[in-house]
Parts: sequence; C-alpha cells; structure tokens
Amino acid sequence: MLYSEKVMDHFKNPRNVGTIEDADGIGEIGNVKCGDIMKIYIKVDNDTISDVKFETFGCGSAIASSSMATELIKGKPISDALKLTNKAVAEALDGLPAHKMHCSVLAEEAIQAAIKDYYDKNGIEYDEEVFASLLHSHDEEE
Amino acid sequence: MKIYADNAATTKTSKTAIDAMLPYLDKIYGNPSSLHTPGQEAAEALLDARCRIAKNLGCFPDEIYFTSGGSEADNQAIISAARIGETKGKKHIISTAFEHHAVLHTLDKLGKEGFEITLLDVKNDGGIVTPEQVEAAIRPDTCLVTVMYANNEIGTVEPIGEIGGICRAKKVLFHTDAVQAAGHLKINVADESIDMLSLSGHKFRGPKGVGALYARRGVKLTNIIEGGAQERGKRAGTHNMPAIMGMAAALDEACANIDENAEKTIKMRDRLIKGLSEIPHSVLNGNPTRRLPGNVSFCFEGIEGESLLLLLDDKGIYASSGSACTSGSLDPSHVLLAIGRPHAIAHGSLRLSIDHETTSEEVEYIIEGVKDVVGYLRNMSPVWSDLQKGKREYVIQ
Repeated sequence: MLYSEKVMDHFKNPRNVGTIEDADGIGEIGNVKCGDIMKIYIKVDNDTISDVKFETFGCGSAIASSSMATELIKGKPISDALKLTNKAVAEALDGLPAHKMHCSVLAEEAIQAAIKDYYDKNGIEYDEEVFASLLHSHDEEE
Repeated sequence: MKIYADNAATTKTSKTAIDAMLPYLDKIYGNPSSLHTPGQEAAEALLDARCRIAKNLGCFPDEIYFTSGGSEADNQAIISAARIGETKGKKHIISTAFEHHAVLHTLDKLGKEGFEITLLDVKNDGGIVTPEQVEAAIRPDTCLVTVMYANNEIGTVEPIGEIGGICRAKKVLFHTDAVQAAGHLKINVADESIDMLSLSGHKFRGPKGVGALYARRGVKLTNIIEGGAQERGKRAGTHNMPAIMGMAAALDEACANIDENAEKTIKMRDRLIKGLSEIPHSVLNGNPTRRLPGNVSFCFEGIEGESLLLLLDDKGIYASSGSACTSGSLDPSHVLLAIGRPHAIAHGSLRLSIDHETTSEEVEYIIEGVKDVVGYLRNMSPVWSDLQKGKREYVIQ
C-alpha cells in the first residue's frame, strides 16, 4: 500500500472537517495549480485553540495531514500549536511517502497562517521570524 | 461490487491467451533458435504466431518484430527513422504534444542529439490532429511523422489513414503508436499507409512484457538491444515464447470479435458519459464520438484526482487519474494540459477504461459511486466553496 493504515483512516474518516462561521483566525496555504489547498479555521479562547476545522482540496495525504494536524492542536495552547512541525504530523500518521511530505508542510503552514491571521486581526504583537516560512511563495502563477 | 475499470492500464489475460501460453512453459520449451527438434517445434510455433499477428494487421510476417512491449517498439521505431534520416541529412521529426512518454522521451533524447522536433497542437476537437496540420508541418528535412493511433488517457482516435496518405505522398516515414488501438479498432497498415506501428500484448488481454513492432519491408531498423540474430538480427534476446503465443492468441480473439465487442463496449461507454455528465461542472475529455470504445475521461471542478481514486477504490471501483499526485510528479497529465485543460481542473481528472464484459449494472454503480465521491470531496474542498460563493471563477461551466 502507498499509505499507512493511519493515513487511510484519517483520509477516509477525516476529523474536524468543515468551517467555523465566526472563526478568530483563518489560514489558507497552497494553490490549485499545484493541486493542494488547505484552509484552517481556528477559535481561540484564553490563548488556547478551543476549536479547529479544515477544508482541503488535495490528495489523500493532504486530507489526512489536515485531519491529523487539527487533531494535534485542538485544545492546545497557541504556543504549542505554533511548535507543531510537519515532521510531527507525518510521524503521527505513521509516516508519509517521500513525495508526499509536502502535504504535511502545508498542514504546518496552514496552522501558522491561521494563528498569524488571529494575531493580525486582534492587534497582537509577534515576532515576524516565527512566521518566516509563510513568506516563501505558494502563490498561484498561472 | 468490484469493478475493474482500468483496462487502458492493463487487461485481465484471457482464458484463450492463457491456454495458448501454457504448453510453451513445460512442453514445447525449446529455444526457437536451436537446430534440434524441440527448438524447431518452438520455431514453427513462433512463425505461426508471427503470421497470425501479421494477418491481423494486414502486413507480411517478415514485417513483424517481437519486442518486450509497446515502449520498446516505440523506441526502436523512432530511433530507426532518425538514423535513416540522419544519413540523408534529414533531422526533423513531427509528432504530437500528447503522445505517450515512450515516444516523447525518445524524441527528447533525439532533440539533445540535434534533431528538431515539432509537436503538433492537439487543442481542437478533443485532440484530433488533422491531416492538414501534418501536411503543413512537413519540411524537406522531415524524416519521420509519429502520431498515436488513439490516445491512452482521453481515448481520441486520430485519422491515421489520412495522415498516412499524406506522409506516403510526401515520402516521409510514418509511425503510429497503436498500443491502445490494437485489438480494439480495425487496423490495416497497408490501407492506412503506415510504415511502422507499435503494439503491446497486455492491452488486448494478452500477457504483459511482450509487444510487437511492425516495420514495412524496406524500412531499415536500428537495434536497440544487441546480442543475437533473433528477429532477423534486429532484436536480440531469446524469444519469450509463452508470451508471444499468448499475445498472438489474444490478438486473434480480439480481432475476431472486434465489431461485437466494440458495439457492446460503446453502449456502456456512452451510458457512463451521459451519467457522469449530469455531475455539475464536469467535462468530458477527448472527442465524444471519435474515441476508443472503452474510454471515459472526465475532469471535475474543485476536487483532486488521487483522493477521488482512493475513495472509488474503497467502493470497489478501480480507475485511474491524470492528477499530479498519482503520477509522482508535480504537474498533472501532459495529455490534459496539451488539450488545453488548465492545471486547476487537470488535477481533478478521472479515467475509466471499460471493456466488453462491463455490465450495465456495473455502469450504474460506477455512475452513482462517482457522483457520491465527487460530492463528498467537493463538500470538504475550499476551492469548491469559493466557487460556490463566487469568490473564484468556474473553469467548467
């Protein structure tokens, strides 16, 4: 099999699919040209991610990575969510094929983007360095 | 229900082919190149297989060269034409943008050697290459035109006879990759002015790992594999007797039933096309009528092909896609891009390739299954929700 059982489980039964109408932060990463877009919605209460939902356009591992990443940050303090790495997402899924690792990167970055959006919307100051990885382009070129 | 709908990738080996192969494993196991009786028994069978394949293509037996498959046949045909051209100072080759990689990558290699390659546009009529396009592209230094008989992803069938006629009149060698067509469409290399043709056994219920190259008498082949006098010195390697016998039997069977099989398959194909067209913002790829009997190819807006395939697999529907994620590369299918599909929807493609055994119950199950899965994936797609909210423009109306 291409994917681990865990990837298939999160792909076929994704956790936290959907949107949050009054989200405190929304992060979207990827573009249709590359065939992957991840959109993460977060609710924040007392510096904690009280709820999280995702929408994903992408392959099986992109959907599974979104599902796993949202599980890993739900109920966690923002400071923990910011530390979530793509490696941790991939490991929690019992690994991803080498050419699918970028899916876990998208998940990590979509979460960071959602937190940055929350900070920006609420005028919370932060160190730009924390979000440095979001600067490289996933922009559409088509 | 379990439905194999990936016959363009490979087919189930037919009972006829298996029965034809078995004696050549443990009974008539001689090497046809050997002089002794067991060897000569195999040699006779080999000649018989060659004659039958030739008859099905409308050529002479000594115009058939057995290969390891379609890719090798494509490589050898193109390299041979290039070497012939080179000696006359002709280093221009015409092909199409949506050929199989066995053709395109061989052309890339020749391009690096200094050949000039013209890839004809396939954006019109669902990928039809017109004879006029070919004629306009032929130059005094053109040594080869290679146009596939039918496209493997979108099923479009090219006007091969007309293209062949033009090449013959202009005295340019004409090769066609007929891997998807052989055994499914009536082919006559003489009537269609084809100089070289590639076919592969496992696309018409023969075994894998065997194919054939037809090369018209007088077309000098260049060896790709050296090492022995097999195939009139043009393709070394001990003959894969079981596979060759299986391929010959499978081609006989397919060609004997070609009209009947096509009629049944087309009926199912057109029902599938009609059913899947009901999905909003979906589009058929390829020409609606000039297409392979078993090919159904669609793009669905707002979803990605790999997740579509995995969920269909879960329902017992085995299909394929031209999405980047299924190819291991970052770009979606070069075929879909060549016919003008933008990346955004090329990622959301589905190819179903059915055959004459596909039933109407299976077709209905596939239609329902695809509708379900496309709807499910769209529900979780941020692209789809943007499209629905008008934040993004539909590519497929």
